[in-house]
Order: sequence, then structure tokens, then C-alpha cells
Amino acid sequence: MSKPKFKNPVVKWIDYRLPIFTFMDHELNHYPTPKNLNYFWNFGSLAGIALVTMIITGIVLSMNYTPHVDYAFDSVERIMRDVNHGWLIRYIHMNGASFFFIVVFIHIFRGLYYGSYKAPRELLWILGVLILLLMMATAFMGYVLPWGQMSFWGATVITNLFSAIPVVGESIVTWLWGGFSVDNSTLNRFFSLHFVLPFVIVGVVILHLVALHRFGSNNPIGIDVKGTQDTLPFHPYYTIKDLFGLGIFLTLFAAAVFFFPNFMGHPDNYIEANPMVTPAHIVPEWYFLPFYAILRAIPDKLGGVLFMFGSIAVLFILPWLDRSPVRSSQFRPIFKIFFWVLVLDCFLLGYLGAMPAEGIYVILSRIATAYYFFHFLILFPLLPYIEKTKPLPISISQPVLSGSYTAAISAAREKK
Amino acid sequence: MFFQNNINRNKYFFQNIIFLFFFLFPNISFAAGDTISYPKKDWSFSGIMGTYDRASQQRGLQVYQEVCSGCHGLRLVAYRNLKALGYNDEEVKAFAAENSVQDINEDGETIERPARSSDKFVSPYPNDLAARAGNGGAYPPDLSLIVKSRSGGADYLHALLTGYKDAPSNKNVPDGMYFNSYYQGNLIGMPQPLYEDGVTYADGTKATPAQMAKDVATFLAWASEPELEDRKRIGISVICFLLVLTILSYFAMRQIWAPIKSREKKTS
Repeated sequence: MSKPKFKNPVVKWIDYRLPIFTFMDHELNHYPTPKNLNYFWNFGSLAGIALVTMIITGIVLSMNYTPHVDYAFDSVERIMRDVNHGWLIRYIHMNGASFFFIVVFIHIFRGLYYGSYKAPRELLWILGVLILLLMMATAFMGYVLPWGQMSFWGATVITNLFSAIPVVGESIVTWLWGGFSVDNSTLNRFFSLHFVLPFVIVGVVILHLVALHRFGSNNPIGIDVKGTQDTLPFHPYYTIKDLFGLGIFLTLFAAAVFFFPNFMGHPDNYIEANPMVTPAHIVPEWYFLPFYAILRAIPDKLGGVLFMFGSIAVLFILPWLDRSPVRSSQFRPIFKIFFWVLVLDCFLLGYLGAMPAEGIYVILSRIATAYYFFHFLILFPLLPYIEKTKPLPISISQPVLSGSYTAAISAAREKK
Repeated sequence: MFFQNNINRNKYFFQNIIFLFFFLFPNISFAAGDTISYPKKDWSFSGIMGTYDRASQQRGLQVYQEVCSGCHGLRLVAYRNLKALGYNDEEVKAFAAENSVQDINEDGETIERPARSSDKFVSPYPNDLAARAGNGGAYPPDLSLIVKSRSGGADYLHALLTGYKDAPSNKNVPDGMYFNSYYQGNLIGMPQPLYEDGVTYADGTKATPAQMAKDVATFLAWASEPELEDRKRIGISVICFLLVLTILSYFAMRQIWAPIKSREKKTS
């Protein structure tokens, strides 16, 4: 790769000693990116921007927040009422969490559809799943901080899950709480962890990017880049495409913040936490609902906890569960159908997570949970033995292979 | 078919996915638990351009003051906030001074003094236990966030305040409880608060229960979301700015990609 020529003497001087500008030039400017990426490849950069937004608004909020059971709720209301534009900062942070999860979920499903987790990107994928786990922990603890009814009871329900662990469960819960119930020490440590975990996420995101830039992005066809004819420099082609995607994202985000700020929240969280009054339905934030449904689908407490964590754990070993050498679903007709079944299954689990655990909902939860694990543990390893994949193109630049389905179509088009 | 390497087709799909997540999903999740539906009222503050009706807010304050404040506090709202309703400094001061708060004087003695504009609304009871004791065990909730903390919001409040009916003959109403068609379980500890001409409006508006319910709900919606007008006003400018940015970046993208696209067309 050619050394970039910097004109500015200061930049030159610094770069000679600390090649940070060369690094940025390689990774952000010339970085060769497959030329056929579609809009689903926008969500990685969107997730990064969402993370930065959360950190900036979060730091400002922390300057005005009091992590104490007697003052937390009122300090949030003070932010909403008396701090200049405090409502804006808090609503951005509140809705930002939801939008962060929306973006990350789409990002993950994109990876599933196009086989982005397959060799040589296994570690890239695993780091991504780790980020998801850290995000879930961070979001859960963040939701506790306003100290509303759902904060308190959500924290009580989720921390109590650990009591399912045999022998040491109860001790672990006491240790997590820092006492014998969710109380001031719990709130204090959650605040502390909610503040620090995002920076851990930033660290893992950097590793995620290092792993990404090792082999570059996967692409919709899922075959390796064969040479420079298959790629474009990241700038300006993907910087402008990311900017356009960001524009759409921010417009939707702003619509939520300014016009429906509490749409994705629960009204009960505007009632101050009261350990003596249990809400009629304790519902977690929407992004946890599919996991909550899995938890409740299993009639045994420990079993439920294991399955819930198992639903994430299967993602860690996914690169070795899927035996098919073909990455993209475009060439896997059966896998493609099941992919959409999985998407529907996750929506169904989300719906069931919000419903009371009774009657038909329990049965449906069990079926949906069973399908989820069937998909990852049985379908993924076995499908390659049954499925006949479509012929792969030679390269990204020559997507037409004689005798293939796409070739037939383009041949027919030529005749016209 | 949806995921093919084709920018124009994928554009719509990508938007659809976001809409799906954003609108369908949360909607479903909150369908839980709420079996009662409340009549939808036409509120001045609903919609993206909505603002609070000042006259209605002021009447609502009067209803709160004369009817609700005997039992319900408004502890997160300060008297100075009433300036947002169109009152001037003097009016706010006078309004505040009608209440007295506990304070400590220079000699360290506990005293009662008239409330200042900077004080929060004085609650009718010193603590929750006293509030319960004064109301036959039923706790009258603070109203600062009542519209935000109930699903249905202002519609719920309006329905509840006008929802007192004679109990059906098969329903047993114990002493100290009242029948309300919009309350969960239909039995509420609060007696019907609004009666015909329960207050005499300063502006001469006829004080029907429906009118009072509407006014006090408007006032309490403001107490819950005092930032609403600012929020919507700023929101419109922000969305306009973002739309222009998005459209410009779309055309910039088309232009930058044009040579690549035309080369692709030639080869395929």
C-alpha cells in the first residue's frame, strides 16, 4: 500500500513520529470495502454512533443525578423540569437505548442472513455477541436508576434469577444486592457499573473493528474479495452512504424523542419505587421481552435461567454450529426460508414476553422457545447435508456464472 | 428477493424493518394488562403541533386548588412554574403566599412562613401515613406525574373523573368505596369529586363535571410534562433540518456513486 503524502508540515512532523494520520488514512480513507454492500451494512456505523450518543448524554445526566433511594426519582424529575434542556438530554438517552438495540438487532440479523460469522470472521462475531451481552447488562442497570416502580421490580425479578443457582444462589443474590433486598447499596453499585460498562463496550468495539479490518466486510454475495476490482475505497463511497443512512436514522430517532418520548417506556416508571406495592404486571423493557419469554416458558426456575442465558450462548458457538461453507442466504434456498421463520419466532417471543404467563401464551412461548433452539442447535448443523445450494458467482465483479439461475435471467434479458 | 444486491429495492425494505420494530413491536408489548379503554378526547396538546390551552390550564388550576388539593399533593411543581400558565410574578407570589411552609429562622427555631414562588406546591399531608389515615386507608396519590404515570394519560383522567355511576345491583360496594366504571376493578376509594357548579370559574365558563374534568386534566397534563410545548416546537425544526440533510446526502450519494453505477450497467 502506498504511503500517503501529507502536505501540512505539522501533520507530516507528527505522522513521522506517531503514524496516526497514516493509520486513519488506511482505515477510514483507502480502506478497501466490497463494492456491493447494501443498506444492511449501514447498521454497524449506526450502532457506533448510537453508543457515542449514549455515552455523551449519559455523562451529562450523571452530572445531575443522585444515586440514592430517597433522591434518585426526584433528581431525575429535576433534570426533566429544572435543568436547562434536561428533558432533551434524558429523552435522547432513554430513547437512545431503544434505538441502539433496534440498530444492533438488525445488525445481528444481517450477520445471520449473510453468514458474516463464518471463517475467517468467527472472532469478529464473538466479540459482537460479547458487546450485546455488555449492552444488555448496561441497559438493565440503567433502567434501575430512575428508581420508578418498574426499575425497582424489574431489578428485583432479574437479580432474583441468580437465586436459582444451586447451593450458592441465595448468597450470590445477597452479594449482588449488597444487602437483603434491592436497596440503596444496589442502586449505588448499579449506577457505578452503568457508568463504567459503556467504556468497556467501547474497548470491545475497538477490538471488533480491529477484527473487522483484518479481512474487511463480508458482502451480500458472501464470497471473498478477489482483488481491487471488487472493492471501493471507504471514503467517499461508504462515508456518504453512511451519512445518508444516519440522516434517516436520526430523523426517526428525533421523531421519537420529540413527539413520542415515552412510547417505548412503561407508565409505571413515573411512579416512585415502592417496595410495599407490586405492580400488576412486571414487564422488562421491550428489547428484553424475547429473552423474558424464554425465561418464563420453562416451568423450572433454574431451567428458565439456563435457557435464557443459553439463547445468547448459542450465538457464541454459532460459527461452529453452521457447517455450510456458503455464507450468503442468497445461495441457500432452504436456509433463507428458515431465516425468516427465526425472525418471526423472535417477534413472537417478544410479543409473548409482554403477555401474562398464562393459558395459551405459555404453550406458545414453549413452542417458540423450542423453535429458537431447534434453529440453532439442530437446523444449523444438519441443513448443509440436505440443502442443495445455488452455484456461487466467480467474483463480486462477475456475478454471472454460465448455467446459473442469474445467468439465465440476464441471457433472457439480452435476447429482448 | 428482498436482500438482493440492489440498492433501490433494499431501500424500502430497510425502512420497513425500522417501522416494524418501531411501531408494531412496542404496540404489542403494551397491549398487556389494559383491558379498559377510555374515550378519546380532543386535547389541545395532542398532535405534533399541540400546545396547552392557557384558559383551560388556568381553570384546571382552580379546580385543582378548590377540589383536589384537599387530599392530593403536587410536590414536583413549584409555584414559580405557574408563570407558564400566563400569570405574572405578582399573581404567582400572591398565590404562593396563601400557603404556609415550615422553615427554620435565624435563631434555629422551626417556624411557619408564607410560601414563596420558589417553593414547591405544599402537600396537604405531612407524609404518606397521615394521608392514608385521613382517607380511610386509601392513599391519595401525588398528582405531579399522574398523566404520565397512567396508561391512557389525560383520557384516563377525564374518564375516571366522569366515570362515577350507580353500581349495578349485582356489585357489592363496601363502605368507603365508590363505583367507577373506568377504575381497575371498578371500586375506588375516592368519592366523586366533581359536581355541577362545584367551582365558580373566574372567566364565567359553565362548570359542568365534564368541563371541570377536561380543565383539570389539561392542567395536570402540563404538570406532568411542562416541557411539552418547547419539545414539540424544537422537534419540528430538528426534523426539518434532518430531512434537508438526509435529502442532500441522498443526492450527494447518487452523484458520488454515479460513475460506479454506470460502469456496472455496462459490464452486466
